[in-house]
Parts: sequence; structure tokens; C-alpha cells
Amino acid sequence: MTSEPTPRPARLSRIAALIVLLLLWQAAALIVQQPILPPPTTVLRVFLREFPGVLGRHFAVSLARVAASIGLAIATAAPAGLVLGQSRRLNHIFEPFIYLLYPVPKVVLVPIVLLLLGVGDLPKIVIITMILFFQILVLVRDAASGIRPELLISVRSLGAGRRALYRFVYLPASLPAILTAVRQSIGTAIAVLYVAELFATKYGLGYYIYLEGSSLFDYPRMYAGIVAMSLLGFGLYAVVDAVEHRLRSAE
Amino acid sequence: MISLDVVTFSYPHRPPVFERFTWNAEQGEIWTVLGPSGCGKSTLLLLLAGLVHAQEGSVSINGQELARPRPETGLILQEYGLLPWATIRENAALGLRIRSFYGPDGRHAPRGARVDRPNADARVEHWLRRLDIADIAQQTPGQVSGGQRQRAAIARALVLRPDLLLMDEPFSALDAPTRESLQMLTLSLCVEAGLTVVLVTHSIEEAAFVGQNTLLLSEPPNATARVIEHPHTADAGYRASAAYHATCTQLRQKLAS
Repeated sequence: MTSEPTPRPARLSRIAALIVLLLLWQAAALIVQQPILPPPTTVLRVFLREFPGVLGRHFAVSLARVAASIGLAIATAAPAGLVLGQSRRLNHIFEPFIYLLYPVPKVVLVPIVLLLLGVGDLPKIVIITMILFFQILVLVRDAASGIRPELLISVRSLGAGRRALYRFVYLPASLPAILTAVRQSIGTAIAVLYVAELFATKYGLGYYIYLEGSSLFDYPRMYAGIVAMSLLGFGLYAVVDAVEHRLRSAE
Repeated sequence: MISLDVVTFSYPHRPPVFERFTWNAEQGEIWTVLGPSGCGKSTLLLLLAGLVHAQEGSVSINGQELARPRPETGLILQEYGLLPWATIRENAALGLRIRSFYGPDGRHAPRGARVDRPNADARVEHWLRRLDIADIAQQTPGQVSGGQRQRAAIARALVLRPDLLLMDEPFSALDAPTRESLQMLTLSLCVEAGLTVVLVTHSIEEAAFVGQNTLLLSEPPNATARVIEHPHTADAGYRASAAYHATCTQLRQKLAS
């Protein structure tokens, strides 16, 4: 089955939201009349000029870091969540660890991770992965443990052993939870991306925004960076929505 | 075909459900298991399915002692046995998909039972039609009625060509007309295929109508098998016959005693 394009009302309402935001921004700029809040027209002009060049490169670096983090988090947390969800004994052992570590705001660990893993992309990816990891782990675990015993008994009676149960029951039952976890984490992931990119890097939207805004005082460029960050998040939401839509129509 | 030999079974920290319990059933026999809730009916079925194991004694089917679920045994539960995210057709095909996932290893699937894709599709279609659910095969379990869900569960079991069919209250959640027509259909399909059937129920009427033999269970521990034989032809007329009512009365008295 092919996936349908985004339904019309959703697309219309997205465009409407964009227009409303731009109008509010324009109004605010007119009232404030300060260089620190340039009007959207100026920023858009700068954005269109910068994005094919320097800004685009920073965008690509940030995108790669977030995408790698999401991929890494799914690859580690989803299997772990599945295992915990179907083994009451293992869950009993690991649950206290999860509940002690989950509430720690991972942002506070940024300096430590940077110190341990040094400069480069790895520490930034690790920090964002840690945030996503717990969200996905807990949601997938709950989805897997919420599967009805009748379903498991029935599928086992069809000949399924442990491997087939994972393939035909646990995995499809937790896909929605994985997507929900990723969606819930996108906002936090980008916030932390900004913080992580303030340290020990010369690329990324965080670095770009901070440099232009706080060192060079080029506010239109700083706002172009913020617009790029917003687009990064918007794009990630759109991808998650598309994957979810695909899965739903494939069912 | 089925042989429970001085079986003792208990759940952890509970008194035994079965204590030195012995019971046999022959190939092609249709059995109903009747008793109040908590008597161990469902446990008996799980023992026969190889999903739980006796602490003492042995459960064998066709002379083979059960250590794990047997690929030739079908199991149908009251509800929630279907994958809620998959269509009726995908659910009916699930057993064959699991078999091709493992290959004919003799453990998860019968040895030498490799089924290629077109053959598998044809088999699934055949049973969807026999159970009259071919036209809703693209829907998911949540979109169809309870009766249609049970039809799908029955199709899924029969697609695998079992020789033994175990059913746990398969019709209890259905309204009376649906229940009666599905009892008839299931029975005729099982007789046609020469299946051995064990159906667990709390309904005296169902035990009398579906079964040719009834095993009565009571408050645990069950130590002796109380068996009532009531051979008959299960057609629509039987429900109105004096023999049927006599069987019901007999079962009711035995159940109370």
C-alpha cells in the first residue's frame, strides 16, 4: 500500500500557523523598533542568502548529529525495552536504576561528557542519545508488558518460540511507542543540541546562533539560525509523522 | 490419542489443581470439559497445549510426551488471541508465516511441511471462505464483530491442518444465535477433518450439544475423571430433541453432586 500525502486540512493549517507567526513577529518588530528584533522580511532575506552557503553547512552538521542520536537511541533502547517488557525478573532488577537515572536532566552532564569524550561529534551525539534512550526505553517496555497474555499464548500455540514472538508480536506492538517516544523527545533533543554545540565545536546551528548573536551582534543572521533550527525540528516531526502514517496504512 | 497419566499439577504456592489424575481420549473424539470457574478447565487445556507442565505424571499425545507446544495442535481462546494491528487475512496466515520463519524443523513446524507462498495463500483463502470471512479479510479485528473474530481464530487454527483442536470457551462472549451457528459450523468442520476436539466450557447446553463425551471437573484437587458419554449427531434438530434435554439434565445433576 502506498502512503498518502499529508491530508489537505493538516497542510492548510500548517501554512496558516506559519502566516500567523510571521504576522505576530512583524507586529512585534514594528513595536520594539530595535536591532535586536529585526522584522521577518529582513531575516528571511538573510536566510535565503545564507542557507545555500555557510548556514546550510551548520544546518547539515546539526541534522547529522540529531539523526545519528535518534538512530543510536532507537537501536539501543528499543531492544532493551522489549527485553525488560517481557521479563518481569529483569525489569524488577533494572527498574530502580531507570527511575533513578531517568529524572536527571541530561543537560547537566554536558561538561562531564565533553571532558570524558573530548571534542568532536561523539560527545554531542552521546548526550542527545542519553535523553532519547530513557524515553524510548520506558515507553517500549510498557508497550511490551501491556501485551495480553492470551495473545502470547495463542501465538505460541501456532509454533512461535522466543524469536518469532519478538518478530511477530513484541516488535510490531512497540513500534507506535518508539515513534511516540521520538516525537516527545524532538524538542528536548534540539534544546540540548544547542547547549552541546556551544562547546568545543566550530560547526552546528548552536555554534552559529551563539557566534552571530553574542559575539558578532549580527542579529538578522542569528535569527536566520533560529529559523533553521525551527525547520530542523519541523522536518523531524514531519519525518516521524510520515513513518507513522506509512506504518498505519501498511497494517 | 490423548493420555494424561497420573498427572499432578499445581501453580506455585497453591494447592494442586490435579492430583494423580488420569484421563484418555481417542483419535477423532469430540470432548467437552465442563465445570465451575476455578475447577482447572483452562489448566487442563494449557497442559494439553504443552504451555504448562505437570510436576508429576505425564501428558502424552499420540504416544509422545509433551515437552513444548506441538505443531499439530491448534488452540483457540475466548478472546484477544488475534494480533490487533493485523488484518483478518494476516491473522489467518500467521501460523504459516511463523512456520516459514523457522522452516520445517520438527520443533516449531512439522518436519517436511514446507509450504510455498502461492500454496500458503490458497490455503488461507480456502479457510477464510469456509468460515465465511473472506469479504472482511482486509479489516482488523477491532473493526469486525466478536463472532467474526472467533471465525478468524478458527480459520487460523485450521489453516495449519491440526489433528487436535483445543478450545477454551470459544463461543462464550457471543450472542445466542451467533453462538449456536458457530457451534454447528465448528463441529461440522472438525468432524469433516477427523479432528480430535477438546472444548472447555462453563455452559451445560454447550457441553451437551458440542461434545460426544463430557469430562466433568469440580473443585480442585481433581483426582478422578468423571466422564459422561452422550453420543449423538449434532444437527439443528438435536437441540429440540428429548435426548439433548436428558443429557442437559444429567450433566446438571452430576455437576451439582
